[in-house]
This record gives sequence, structure tokens and C-alpha cells, in this order.
Amino acid sequence: MAEFWVNMGPQHPMTHGLWNLRIKVDGETIVDAEPILGYLHRGVEKISEVREFQKVIVLTDRLCYVSSITWSHAYCLAVEELMGIEIPERAKYLRVISLEIQRIASHLMWLAAYGADIGLLTMLLYALRERELFLDLIEIMAGLRLNSNYMRVGGVRNDVPADFEKSCQKVITHFRKKLDDYQDMMENSKTFLMRTQDVGKLSKEDAINWGVTGPNLRGSGSNVDLRRTIPYEVYDQISWEPAVEKECDCYARSIVRMREMRESCNIVLDALKKMPPGMCRMKPPRRAEGEAFRVTEDSRGEALFYVAGDGDDRPYRVKIRSPIFCTLGAVPQMMRGHKVADVVTIMGSIDICVGEIDK
Amino acid sequence: MTGSLLTPSLVGLCRSLTEILLGIVKALFDALSLPGVGSWFVSPGVVVFFTYLIACLVMVIWAMLINLLTMLWVERKLYSRIQDRYGIMLSFPWPWSKRYKRGITNMGWGFLQNVADGVKLLQKENMTPATADKLLFHAAPALLVSSTVMVFAVFPFSENFYYAKVSLGVLFILAALSIGPFSIILAGYSANNKYTLIGGLRAAAMMLSYEIPMILCVIAVVVLNGTLDPFEMVAIQERPLMGTILPSWNVFSPPQMLGFVIFFIAIVAELERIPFDIPEADAELVEGWTTEYSGMRFGFLYGFKWLRQFAASGLLVVLFLGGWNGPIIATPELLGYPIPILPQEFWLLIKIYVVAMIITWISWSIPRVRADQVLKIGWSRLIPLALLTILGAAVFKTMGWF
Repeated sequence: MAEFWVNMGPQHPMTHGLWNLRIKVDGETIVDAEPILGYLHRGVEKISEVREFQKVIVLTDRLCYVSSITWSHAYCLAVEELMGIEIPERAKYLRVISLEIQRIASHLMWLAAYGADIGLLTMLLYALRERELFLDLIEIMAGLRLNSNYMRVGGVRNDVPADFEKSCQKVITHFRKKLDDYQDMMENSKTFLMRTQDVGKLSKEDAINWGVTGPNLRGSGSNVDLRRTIPYEVYDQISWEPAVEKECDCYARSIVRMREMRESCNIVLDALKKMPPGMCRMKPPRRAEGEAFRVTEDSRGEALFYVAGDGDDRPYRVKIRSPIFCTLGAVPQMMRGHKVADVVTIMGSIDICVGEIDK
Repeated sequence: MTGSLLTPSLVGLCRSLTEILLGIVKALFDALSLPGVGSWFVSPGVVVFFTYLIACLVMVIWAMLINLLTMLWVERKLYSRIQDRYGIMLSFPWPWSKRYKRGITNMGWGFLQNVADGVKLLQKENMTPATADKLLFHAAPALLVSSTVMVFAVFPFSENFYYAKVSLGVLFILAALSIGPFSIILAGYSANNKYTLIGGLRAAAMMLSYEIPMILCVIAVVVLNGTLDPFEMVAIQERPLMGTILPSWNVFSPPQMLGFVIFFIAIVAELERIPFDIPEADAELVEGWTTEYSGMRFGFLYGFKWLRQFAASGLLVVLFLGGWNGPIIATPELLGYPIPILPQEFWLLIKIYVVAMIITWISWSIPRVRADQVLKIGWSRLIPLALLTILGAAVFKTMGWF
């Protein structure tokens, strides 16, 4: 049979956003793949240059609409380093709590999309149902659910209410039970194993060479978690274990995310226990000069912000390194030789967010 | 034993109805002093023609308007409940009911939602791709619909509720069901689209690998029962199981237990339900072979899957689950008169809907398998096991064990 190109996008159920994956198929077998990006380019880096430091957070919230707090946090860290300020201890804990709640919400969105991708639409409904609870927690913290606008340069916007720990414990106790159900539905299901095991192999060396980071890298057996290797905020004071799997396939990547959700629950509860009283925010200076970059562990991998200031009240240059943009480079290699049906399995397992890819 | 609701039979009832109607027509023509035309209307050939026309109409309304809609409704309600939501609840059949007047509640039945969806699809534009093979593109939905309705020409709902009594009825049903994948291949090829082409080719591969174990299982049943007539097949399954009050359905026979499982998997694949819905895998191929269809053509292609599910579940029930027999042979008696617990039609419908609900339950709780794995399951697991079933059935038949 002749080889031909099939467009998986820009309007296709597989894409999870606005991008295009062209695959060259020989019958059912994928010969080549080519990601085409740029459909959602908004020029965040350039718009940031005309806004004050504090007001860029509105843009970074919208970098990835599934995981907005983590992106704003990466930006705030970079700007704080640029300004040379140290934020209050309580703000650090609040940041960790909100980051981990956001990470769970983001991973649940991945779980929902992954279920729909491999044909398990029930998983979509279940995961979105539990995501609501974590969005409600974010609403209690920040007042907003999706683009929460919670991070501030110099801390967080506001303190949490007094009974926040109780509502967190309630949600997490419920969620841990539900997570067991999800494991039954996915990891203990023979069909799920058939779909994901030995599909989309990405060896440790390849993953490092392609710049793959985050849960995808940990799914390839590399124990790199920036919360552990370059601790920021108070991650070094909280006991937790990074999730690492050695199988290097789609199954390993999904297991890593499931385990990370459990770990994030532990981190939230631990941080709530250890949180000291105090201020949640300090007044940062208005102007800054110099350059700074900070790298954090986003829900999807390594989020890097480079911010340069020229003594004005707005950044001179902002550069964003988004994890999935780098991961997409490895996609053709992961796909070659697999079947058309594996496209969705592989693309689902690396957890795409087009907002952060196209910036 | 329970009796049939329809006595003497569907065609017999329709014949009485036709005779009454044609008698009125004859009286009209007699009143118009045209006795020749009137007596032509009551001539035997015309009566038989109109009898079968009316019976056909009744059967089509029964199958398509009642059972297809009910099947769709059961499916939608059931998978909504599995997914922890209420599902359709607004299109209540009786809008004047008190329940509806209190406002929209989650207690609504939503039974007519599929009618509303059908009306919406009728209003939509029917587009044909410019590069499509127009004849085949338009023929494929007609072929699928007509082949599915064809099943009900011979499908027996009870001893008396049938349209035609064909001694090779099971073979006819299998043949009519097998036209479906053919029309899917036509639809996939003719739309001139890469997604539909891949979907059509997958349907072709599926047809080969699942029709064969399905028919091999039927052969095992035929070996055991010695007939292809659904009426005889059900009558044979009516005898008591080893002296108990349970009937000896085919599924209770050891080789047929395996055959039942294989046949069940094969019809799930034949119906393209979720573990095996690779021809229309919506995450990979947009909508597979139905991608280019719009309006009511899409409605036909999509909705008739549930009529095919009804027909295939019915075939499963007739072959393995004792057809219209109740689960207990003994009939309770009151003062020496037998009380039928439920008429035969109800037993058949209950079994069909239970099988269909199990199919729904399975297909909404496991992921889709890959195309090559589907073929591997079909060729390397189901076909050898189906052959083993035939061997087992032959041994059991020869030894007279069952």
C-alpha cells in the first residue's frame, strides 16, 4: 500500500487544542510524524515587555489554562530573584499548597483527556468530577477557579480562610478513595495494559537528549524532580518521594502521574500542618535591574523563566522555556513503527497543553 | 409453559384486519354500484397482498419505532448512570404530567430525546463531498438500514409473533447482519477521505476476523440442535435440564458455554461497540467511516447501530438463552388452570434488553483495543476456540450427553 500523509489536526479529536500533527502512514503503520505548531501563538513574551512586573501575572496565568498557578509561580520566582527579595515563610507554604493542588487538578485533566483518547469516556467524566473538588479548593484560596491570579511578586494575593485545612482534608480523603477506583479502571484493566505497555518507548538517554522533562522524563527512569534537585520554596522541608518508573513507555508515564497525584496529596497535608503564622505577602520594589532566571517543576515538566530588567518598572525581556514544546521534538521518534491507534496513546501520555507550547 | 400474547399469529391477526378493511372498501364500491371493483378487492390474491403489507408495516413500526428508540434510550440512560450523571431527562413523553409542571427535574425520563435528535438531524444540511463516489456514497446508508430491517423479516419474537416462518431463519439473520460491514466498507471507500478510508479498511479486516468465529459458534449450536430453524431451536431448548424444573438452554451445555462467550465477543465486535470500535475510533479517525456523512444520513448510520444491537442480542438469545422460554419450566396452577407468568414476547424482550445492557456496560467501562490487537484476538484466540466448541458439541451430540 502506498504511503500517505494524514493530518491529525488542527481540528481533530486527538489534538487537545489547536495544533497539527501530520503523520505519514503505510497502511496502519506510522512511518513518520511531524508536529506543526503556531496556531495558538499569542506573543506572551513580547506583550510582557510593555506591562509592569506585577501585571504580567495575568498573562502567565493564561500560558497553560490547565495549570495556571504553576506558571505564574515560575514567573514570580524569577522576578523575585531579579529584585533580590525574600518572601515571608507563610507565603512559601501557601505557594506550595496551591502549587500541589494545581498539580493534582492538572493531572486529573490529563487523566480525563487520556481516558477519552483511549476510548474510556467514563474516565473523562469521573476525572472531571474530582477535578471540580480541587478547583473548588483553588476557589477558596484565590477566589477564581481556572485562571486563578493567585501568585504575586512578593508572596500570594491573600491568606487562606481558617477552616481551609479541614476542607482540604475532606477533599483529599475522598480523592484518595477515588484514586484507588481509577487505578482499578486503568492500571488493573487488561485492555488498558494492552493499549499502553510497550507503546511509545523513549529511553532515558533519548529523553535527556531531546530535553524531555517532568513526568515524561521520570517515566523514562530518570530520577530528576526539580522540587528535589533544585529545591525552591519549602520543598526541602516537606517529606515526599518523587515518582519514578523504569518502563519508558506510555504505561510508565501514566503510572508516574497517578503516583504524583498521591504524593501531591501528601505534600498538601504536610504543608498545611507545618505552615507558620505570619504575613502572606510583602511589598516588592517597583523597579529592577539585571537578569534572572528560575526553573521550577511545572505539572508537565521544567518551566523556565528568564526575566531581564533595565531599571524600568517593566521587564526588558521575558523568555519562557515550556516543557511540552521540547517534548514534542521527541514525538516522531516515539511514534515511528507504531500503529495509527497509538498516536492518541502516545500524545495523550505526554500530556499536551497547546497554550504553553505556542506561548 | 407460557403462551404467546398474539394468537393466532401476527399474519393471522393482520389477515383479519385486512378482511375487515377490505370488506368496508367492498361495501363502498358496492354502494357506488361498482360491484366488479369491489369483488376484486376481496379476491384472495389482493387480500394476501394487503395482509403482508400491513404485517410488514406493523413489524417495521415495532422494530424501528419502538425497539430502536427504547434501545437508544436504555443505552443513553444506562451509560449516563454509569458515568455518574443523569443523562437525558427533558423530553418527557407526557408534558402535561404533574412531574413536568414542577419544572425540570432529574427525575424526567427523556424518552423522546432521540426523536428530538432525529428531528434535528432531519433539519440539517445533507452534504455530499465533491470528490465522493456519489452513487456508492448515497447507497451505503440505504444498504445498512435495509439490511438491518431485513433481519426482522424472519426474526421470531414468539411462537406467533413473526413476519415469515423460514426454516433457515438463523442463516438468513446471519446473512442480513453480515451485509452491514459491507456497507461500512462502501461508505468508507466512497467518501474519498483518508479517515473514512482507514475506517473502511479496518471494518473489512474486522469483518473477516469476527464473522468467522461467530458463524463457527452457530455451527456448534446447529450440530447440537440439528436445525437452523429458530422455532425448532427454541422448542428444543424447552426440555427440562437433567430432570429439574430449569429449561436446558444451550448455554448450560459445557461446549456451548465457551461458544456463548465467543459469540458474545463476536457480536460486540460486529456491532463495533467500544472495546472493538476501531472502524469509527473517534479519537483517532474523527468519526471513522461516518466522518463525511451529515444530516439524517449520519443519523441512520449512527442510530441503526442500536437496531443492529437489538437484532444481534436477539440472535444470541435465540441461539443460547432459550429464546422466548421462561427461566422455569413449571407453570403455577390455580384451580387446575395454568397461569402464564409472562407472555413469551416479554421473556424474549427482557432477555434481549439484559444482553444489550451488558454490552453497554462493558463498552462504557473499558478502553478501546488497537486494530492489530483486535485482529490478533479474532484470529489467534476466537477461531481456534470456536473450532474447539464445534468439536465439543459434536462429542456431546454423539455421546448423547446433553
